[in-house]
Amino acid sequence: MRLEPIANPTLTRRVLPPALAIAASFAVAAFLAMIAGGNPFQVFGLIISGAVGSKFAVLETLNRATPLIFTGLAISVAFRAKLWNIGAEAQLYMGAVVTVVLGTGALGLPGWLMLPVLAVLAVIAGGVLLLVPAVLKTRLGVDEVVTTLLFNFIFLLFVSYLLEGPLKDPLGMGWPKSARLVPEARLPRIVDGLRLHWGFGLALIAAVGIWVVDKFTTLGFEMRAVGQNAHAARFAGIPVNPVILKTALLSGGLAALAGFSEVAGLKGSLTLDLSPGYGYTGIVVAMLALLHPLGVVAAALFVAAIFVGADSMSRAAGVPTYLADIMLASALLLTVLAILITKFRVRRD
Amino acid sequence: MIDTKTAQHPVLRLSNITKRFGKVVANEAISLDLARGEVVALLGENGAGKTTLMNILFGQYAADEGFVEVFGSTLPPGSPRAALDAGVGMVHQHFTLAENLSVWENIVLGTLPLFGRSLAARTAKDKIRALSESFKLAVEPNATVSTLTVGERQRVEILKALYRDAKILILDEPTAVLTPQEADGLFATLREAVGRGLSVVFISHKLHEVMAIADRVVVLRHGKLVAERATTDTSRDELARLMVGGTTKAPEFEARRAGPALLSLDGVSTLATKSETPLDQISLNLHAGQITGLAGVSGNGQATLSDLISGLIAPSAGLMTIAEGEISAWSPRVALGKGIARIPEDRHKTGTIADFDLTENAMLETYSSQFANRGWINWRAARKHADHLIETYDIRCPGADTRIRLLSGGNMQKLVLGRVLENNPRIILANQPVRGLDIGAVNYVHARLGEARTAGAAILLISEDLDEIMKLSDVVHVMSEGRLSPAFARGSIDAVGLGAWMAGDGFEERAHHAS
Repeated sequence: MRLEPIANPTLTRRVLPPALAIAASFAVAAFLAMIAGGNPFQVFGLIISGAVGSKFAVLETLNRATPLIFTGLAISVAFRAKLWNIGAEAQLYMGAVVTVVLGTGALGLPGWLMLPVLAVLAVIAGGVLLLVPAVLKTRLGVDEVVTTLLFNFIFLLFVSYLLEGPLKDPLGMGWPKSARLVPEARLPRIVDGLRLHWGFGLALIAAVGIWVVDKFTTLGFEMRAVGQNAHAARFAGIPVNPVILKTALLSGGLAALAGFSEVAGLKGSLTLDLSPGYGYTGIVVAMLALLHPLGVVAAALFVAAIFVGADSMSRAAGVPTYLADIMLASALLLTVLAILITKFRVRRD
Repeated sequence: MIDTKTAQHPVLRLSNITKRFGKVVANEAISLDLARGEVVALLGENGAGKTTLMNILFGQYAADEGFVEVFGSTLPPGSPRAALDAGVGMVHQHFTLAENLSVWENIVLGTLPLFGRSLAARTAKDKIRALSESFKLAVEPNATVSTLTVGERQRVEILKALYRDAKILILDEPTAVLTPQEADGLFATLREAVGRGLSVVFISHKLHEVMAIADRVVVLRHGKLVAERATTDTSRDELARLMVGGTTKAPEFEARRAGPALLSLDGVSTLATKSETPLDQISLNLHAGQITGLAGVSGNGQATLSDLISGLIAPSAGLMTIAEGEISAWSPRVALGKGIARIPEDRHKTGTIADFDLTENAMLETYSSQFANRGWINWRAARKHADHLIETYDIRCPGADTRIRLLSGGNMQKLVLGRVLENNPRIILANQPVRGLDIGAVNYVHARLGEARTAGAAILLISEDLDEIMKLSDVVHVMSEGRLSPAFARGSIDAVGLGAWMAGDGFEERAHHAS
C-alpha cells in the first residue's frame, strides 16, 4: 500500500472530506455522550437548539463567533505566508489593553471619532507586538513558534499586573478589573435591544477585506508567493523579509481587533477572563477553514455554535461541556487527515 | 555470442516493463537481461526513462505492467527491501549518506545488532577494509563523511552496496559529479567487481564512458528501448544517432564578432557559505551578441556565480559593472531592473511556484511593474500576458489557470524562458537551461537562446554537459574550485583540454607560471 499524489482533485474530492470529518467528530462525540450517561440524539438536539434554536441563541452564537473570526483571520493571514503566529492570544489582550487605557477617559474625542481611533491604535499595537518576533525571525532566524507562544504567558502576566495595579478600577471593590469604558468608546448594538454589537459587522467586513487583499492586491500576491515558496519568491525579486513584516503587522492587528471588539462591544471593561483562549481556538478556526478568509467566517460560526450549544446542553442534560472541546479537537484532527486524503490517494499494489 | 551468454545465466531480467505518470509514458514495454559478470550501459538523453527504469528495478516505483526477476525469482513490486535482500545494490545520483557519521557507521547503518556492538563494529571494519582493498575503493573507514570529497563519498556508497553482498550494482549517472580522473578510478573499481562475478548496470548519457566500460549498450529514447548493441559492434557516432534519433535538427550558429561587454566582473570574490563553493577572484566579461559557455563539474562555484548574477548574493570583493555602470545596491529586483534575464538551474524550486497557476508564475517577476496599479493587480492584463506566452512559446497546457506543477518539465521551462525573453533582455543567465528536457524541448530552448544572441543579448550559459557548451558557445570558460579559467574561443580547445581545466590542472600551471 502506498500514497500517490492526486494531480487535480475534483470539487467533490475537496469538499467531501472536511464534511465527513465534521460528521465523524459528531460520531466520536455521540460515543462519549453515551459514556457520560446522555442520550446522543438528545444531546445533539440540545446542542443544536442551544446554538440556533431561538433568537437569543443565534445572537449568542454570533457574539461568540465575533472574536473567533478576528483571531481566525489573524492566523490564516499569518499561516498563509508561513509565519507561524501562535501568539494571537497575547495580541488580543494587547488590543484590549489599548482600548481600555485610552477608552476609559484618557482620550477625549467626539463619539464618531473615538471608536475608529481606538480600533486603529489597537491594530497598530497588536501588529507591533507580532513585529518583534517577526523581526527576530527575519534577522536572526529565531523560531517564531517558540517566541510567540511563550510571549502569550508573559503578556497575560503583564495584563494581570496591570489589572492589579495601574489599570485597577478604583470603584471595583478590589476585583482585578479595569474601569468601564466611556459611552463614546462602546460599540453600539446592531439592533436596539438585542445583545449583538457592531463588532460582528466589523468582523465580516474584515473577512471580506482580507479576501480582497488576498485576491486583488500585490500584497496578497506577495504574501501567498512567500508562503508557498520563499526561495522562488526571493529569486523573482519579491522582497521576502518586508513581506513577512507586513504580514506580521496585519496578523497581529487582526488579533488585536478581537480584543478591541470584546471590550468595546461586549464587556465594557477588561478582566483576565476576557478570552477563554480565543487566540488558540483561532488556530482551529483557521485550519478548519483551510486558511481561506471567507471560510474563516463559516468555521468561526461552526465553532461558536458548538461552544454555545454545548453550554446549554450541559445545563439541560448534565453532560460536561468538555464534549465541545472534544468535538472541536476531533474535527480538527480529522480535517487534517482529510486534507491529506484530498491530496493523495491510497493505492494497493 | 552475447545472446548465448545472457540466455544461459540471466542474473537479472526485466520483462516488458511499462510505467506511466499520468499521460506521460516513462517506460514502454522494456525488456532487458543482465548476465553474470557483465556491464550493461543504459544510455539515453535526460528524460529518456533511464532513472525510472532503475527505480522500478530497485523497487522504488511499482511498474504498471511487467515484472523484475533476480536470479530466477520474481521481485515483489514496490519493495526496495526485497531488492536489497535479492542482492541488488543501487548508487544514486545524489548520495544518501549521513554527513556527521563516519564511513563505517554509514556502511553498517541499520545492520548492527543491539548487543555486542563493539565486536560487531570491529568485524564490520575489517570487512570494509578487505572490501575496499580488493575493489580498489580507497577510503578510510574511520573518517567522517563530511570531510570526504565527492569521489570518496561515491566510493562509500559503492562499499555500502558491496557490504550488503550486492551481486548486481546499479549506478545512476555515477560520473556526473566526478572529474575525469576520478571517473577513471571508478572504472577500475567496476572492472575489478566484474572480474569477481558481479554484474553492473551503468546509467549514463556520456558516450565515451559507455564505450570505455560497458560490454553491451542499451539505448532508451522517449521511454522505449530503441537499440541494443555490443560495445565491440558499435561506435560513438552510431550510439549518438540512436540516442538522438536524428529526427530533430540541432541548431548551429556561425561564429560572430563580439559586441561591447555588457556585464563585467573584475576580481570578484564571495563569502564562504556552508553549501556552495565561494568565488575566488573571478574576472569575466559577457559581450553583446555572444554566448559565453561555463563548463565545469557541478559544485565548483557555478551555483555561486549564478546566484551572484541573479542578485541573490553580492560580491564581497572586486568590482561588478553592468553596461559600464558600477553596481552598488544589488538584489534580484535590481538585477531585473538592469535587464538581466535569469533562467535558474532548478525550475521547480527556484524558477516557479508549484501551486501557482501559469498566470501567476508568468507575472512573478513583473507583477508590480507591469500588472499592478497602486497595489491593485490587473488580472485581465496578467491573464492576457500568460495567454500570449502560452501561444508564443508553445506551452502545452489545459489553460492559463493550470497549476504549474501539473506541467511537464519542458513546458515549465518554456514558461520560464518566455517570461524572461519577453522583456527583450540585454543580459541572459541560463543555468542548466535544458536539464531534464526531451530533445525537442532542448532544441527549442537552444534555438531561442540563439535568437536572443542574434538580437544582441549577452548570454552566460552554465552547463555540466560539455557537448552543449561546445555546440552553443562563442567563448568558453571553465570553473574549478571557485576559480575561473581564461576565455577560450570556439574551436581553440577540445574536450580533453577542457577536462584538464575542470580537474584544476590548468590553474596550477598558471599559478606556477605566475610565481
